[in-house]
Order: sequence, then structure tokens, then C-alpha cells
Amino acid sequence: MQLNREDLLRAYRTMRLIRDFEERLHVEFATGEIPGFVHLYAGEEASAAGVCMHLGDKDHIASTHRGHGHCIAKGCDVSGMMNEIYGRKDGLCGGKGGSMHIADISKGMLGANGIVGGGPPLICGAALTAKVLKTGGVAIAFLGDGASNQGTTLESYNLASIWKLPAVFVVEDNGYAESTAASYAVAGSQSDRAKGFGMPSQVVDGFDFFAVHEAAGAAIERARAGEGPSLIHVQLSRYYGHFEGDGMTYRGPGEVDRLRADVDCLKRFRTKVTEAALLEASELDAIDRAVADQIDTSVRTAKSAPPPTEADLLTDVYVAY
Amino acid sequence: MSKKSFRQAINEALRQEMRRDPRVILMGEDVAGGAGAPGDDDAWGGVLGVTKGLVGEFGRERVLDTPLSESAYIGAAAGAAATGLRPVAELMFVDFMGVCFDQIFNQAAKFRYMFGGHAVTPLVIRMMYGAGFRAASQHSQCLYPIFTHIPGLKVVIPSSAYEAKGLLIQAIRDDDPVIFMENKVLYDQEEEVPDESYTIPFGEANLTREGSDVTIVGIGRMVQIANAAADALAKQGISCTVIDPRTTSPLDTGSILDSVEETGRLVIVDEASPRCNMATDISALVAQEAFGALRAPIRMVCPPHVPVPFAPNLEDLYVPDAARVEAAVRAVMQYAGKQGARA
Repeated sequence: MQLNREDLLRAYRTMRLIRDFEERLHVEFATGEIPGFVHLYAGEEASAAGVCMHLGDKDHIASTHRGHGHCIAKGCDVSGMMNEIYGRKDGLCGGKGGSMHIADISKGMLGANGIVGGGPPLICGAALTAKVLKTGGVAIAFLGDGASNQGTTLESYNLASIWKLPAVFVVEDNGYAESTAASYAVAGSQSDRAKGFGMPSQVVDGFDFFAVHEAAGAAIERARAGEGPSLIHVQLSRYYGHFEGDGMTYRGPGEVDRLRADVDCLKRFRTKVTEAALLEASELDAIDRAVADQIDTSVRTAKSAPPPTEADLLTDVYVAY
Repeated sequence: MSKKSFRQAINEALRQEMRRDPRVILMGEDVAGGAGAPGDDDAWGGVLGVTKGLVGEFGRERVLDTPLSESAYIGAAAGAAATGLRPVAELMFVDFMGVCFDQIFNQAAKFRYMFGGHAVTPLVIRMMYGAGFRAASQHSQCLYPIFTHIPGLKVVIPSSAYEAKGLLIQAIRDDDPVIFMENKVLYDQEEEVPDESYTIPFGEANLTREGSDVTIVGIGRMVQIANAAADALAKQGISCTVIDPRTTSPLDTGSILDSVEETGRLVIVDEASPRCNMATDISALVAQEAFGALRAPIRMVCPPHVPVPFAPNLEDLYVPDAARVEAAVRAVMQYAGKQGARA
């Protein structure tokens, strides 16, 4: 898929929105106003944006505990997300899900997921629906290097392959499952695992939006054409801990600083498109300002929004009971 | 109306619903059987033949043989349900829930609440349960109390062929995740079952016997054991009401409490392991809501707290039978109160 000006602006805007959303949550979480815990996606933006650029509302994604970026890239309302993370009635899930369960089924977003490896089987189901009902849709499972070791994931590779489902498994390998390094916990390689199930796979630099976008385009096109599932191994990193409050003592000295300075996906995108004269720096600056305002407004709104009412405790368990 | 087995009643319910709604699909291990194999195409129709013939009518696009991979296909059924299909997945034996439970209780059951009421997950998971098949510890459990414990799931346990057909059609049309439990000992039992489609609503108990002395609540096949005991006791002059709750979630608490208010005595027959099962749940309900009506302590007729044994003589000792129910009823009838406390 060729990217035109509008696509490039949209891609940058999506990544900037995710970055600012997460950087702001990092600040706000420290104030103690946000209940529970949050897992930030900052640093990984190119993956969600690069994959979801190819998707529409009839396509489904399943996300992870680190799900804010996938939600934003799939078109979830940012203010609704912020409200949800603050536990507000007007949150996307009425304040009943929180950070780890944000979903918007109408946007094809089947939920962040508190269970590592919970998503891949669900995505086989969404892909099955697309196949049986001939919707032309595809289904994408985002999963981490940690989830790549779950039986659910490996079973899903097999099921998707034997049923030739229109599915793509995007392994976002940020190098750490909680505090345990992927180099310790993952035997073999992600692409060899795909090969074992007869799936094509690609290894992609996850700091490079264009690389992710191209790889995802090929995998999604293949899925839509009825040729079956693929795997994309996206190599990237996270700027924050497993969860907010994680002291990250397991990381190397200066590791995150170097990542921010050398390989940051937003910086690289900006350099590439401005040097190639595809976009003006001023256009990107304008997006930065608009996004900053949007995040500011969403936080202000969420802070003053009402919580669910007492009656909400008992609703939404069943359609009817 | 014609005589149909429990197995035929379930098959007919599936066939009629698949004809009615193209979104209904079946998936599970060997639900057709013989996929990719050189022999017969509809080789098994389910491990005990319950789905036999359906692949012939609906094809392999709607009757999907799965790999032995319960996490993947039960999860896929949940994902398919949340995105527009109405899958009926077969887990085969309830004992296999252990390898896919996350997809049932953390995913399917919780979508609606976690997503603020925006998810609809019309999923049915069928499975066999129960002892009496000489199938030993890993193919004989009941385990419905575990599903009943989970908010977001409905749990259906039919006690006969007629009940199975109506309750399964209701389950398939229901918009929530439903666990549908089939006692494998019942598959060959026959009774009159209407040919046409019909539904039995959830949460409405069936009174299979009506009497004034003792209320007996039975779960699933234990309704038949309770009926047999009630019939024998009637000849001895003890008149029992037998309640089949049909569904343990939702549970028709009103029918149970109303009956206990009349009889003042309660015996619960539950084939599930005795700790935290339906018998303890219903006992707690009645102790809390109808304490004043009780004329005797509640009696629970359950297996001992051991895994299901293999040796036929041990398994026969394990499963509650009519004699034990009769003994429990006689015990509550003979209860005279604490010495000196009651006249």
C-alpha cells in the first residue's frame, strides 16, 4: 500500500497520540489519582500504528495488558479511554473494565486483556466469523514475547493454519516478559515457531513505522486473499516498566535513554518524511500541538467526570438473566 | 411427538436450530469425525454419536472438526460469538475444562461486564458429565458448581430427553454464554419428545412430583433418582415434592423456597463432589431464607469427597442412588428435634 500525504499525517498523528497519552499517564499515575495499575506502550507506537493503518471497522484486533496503543490505533475514542482508565461512568466500558480491559466492539477492538496469551484464540474466532460469514475481514492478535510462550498462542497458530484463517499474529517483542528477558525465556526464534506451523513470517524493526507498515500490509493482504495466517515478529522496546511503579532494575544502565536518543520511532518518522520532503516539519508541529491539547482536555475531563453509580455494580453481567 | 433418546433429542435441537439460523455452527473434537482421514466422512458424529449426520446436512464449513486443542477452539468459539456467529462448541468431557478454563471464565464470561455492557457473546459449550460409565477419575466428574460460581455464565443441566431438547434450543437462542451439561448415562434413555421445535425457559424449575411431606431437589440425572425414591416413598405413605431446577444459573430460588415453606423438610441430591456444590448452595439459601419453616435439618445426598473411582463396585458406592435418597427422606421425617427442645 502506497502512503499518500493524508496517510502519513494520519500515521504520525496516531503515533503522537499514543505517545502523549502514555507519557501523560506516566505523570498522572504518580499523583495517585488513577486506580489500579497501568502498563504503558510508549516506545512501541510504530507497531500498533503500522499494523492498524491497514484495518477498518470490520477487521478485529485482540490486544494485551499493554493495550492503550492498540486501542488508539484501532480508532477508540481517546477521551472515552481516558475516562475508563480513571474509572468513570462515561468510560468506554462504563468504568467497569479499566486499563486492562478497554474495548470497543463497534470499532473491532476486542479488548485489552489481563491474561497473557488470552487474545490469540479469540482472534481465531473473529477470523472464523469473517470466513464463515464472508465479511472480507481479517483478525489480528497482538501479543508479547511473554505470550509467545503460552500454549494458547501456539495452539492458535496451529488452528489458524489448519483452518487457513484470515489472521495475523503480531509478536511485539520488547525484550522483557515482566522482568525476565526474552533471550532467557524464549527457545528458538519466533519465525522458526511460525515455520513449524507452516506460516510465513517476517522479522521487523519495530522502531521503523514504514517497515512495520509494509510487513503488516503483506500479511494482511495474504489473509484477505484467503491464503491463511502469518506471523510478524516486531522487535522493539518499551520506555517504561512492565507496569507503572516498576523500578526497572533489570534493565541495563542508560538503556532507555539510548533508545529514546537513537531509535525513537517518532523521531525517525519525522526525520524520514521531512528529509524526503514528503511532509513539512510545520505540519508535524501542528499535529504535536493539537494532540497535546486533545490529551490535556481528555485528562481534565476524566478528572472531573462522575464515577459509575451504585446501581451500575449490578448491571451488564448478562444480556438477560 | 415420538419416542426419542436423550441423544436424538439433542441432535434434533442442533439440527433444527442450524436450519433456522445460518449463524449457528458446531465445533469440537470429532463432532463430525474423520476429517482428512481416508475412511468415512461422518465417522463418529461426536465421541458418543450425538452430532451424527449433521455434517451431511450442513457441511464442514458449519460442522468443524477441531484439533485436540481445547484452549484454541473454545477461545475461538468465544471470539466467533463476540463477532457475529452463534457457535455451539463441544468440550467432550467436562473434565477437559482444565485445559481451556481461562477462555471460558476469564474471557467469554466477563466480556459483557468488563466491556460495560457492549459485548454480546451467544456461545453454547456442550459437555458430558457424570459417573456410572466406568470412566474413572478424569472422565466422570460433575464440576457444574464451578461454572455456576462464575458470574456471566449460565449453566443448564437437563434431566431427560424432553428437557434436553427444549433447554438446548433455548441455550442456542440465548445471547449469553451457556454451559450445557449432558449426563452421558442418559444418552440412550427414551421418552416422548415433540418433533417440532420448542424452548424451555431458564430459571424456571420443574416440579416432577408434588407432595406435602418433604421437598427433594435433584440436579440433572439425580432428578430421576429423586423421582424413583419419591415413588417408593409414596407407597410407604411419605409424600414428596421433587424439584428439577433445570438451570443452576440462573437458579429458581422461589420455587425451592415456596416448596420448603409448605413441606418444612428438604433433601438435596447432587452428584457433584460434596464441598461447595449445588447441595451446599441450596442449603445455604434455605437456611438463610426459610429457616423458620424448617422442621428438620437439611439433608444432602452427595458422593463422598473423593475422586470418582474406577472399580465398578466402588463407583456404584460413589454415585447417589434411590436407596440413599429414601434413607435421607426417612431421616428427616423421623427427626424429633433436639431432645427436650420440641414436643
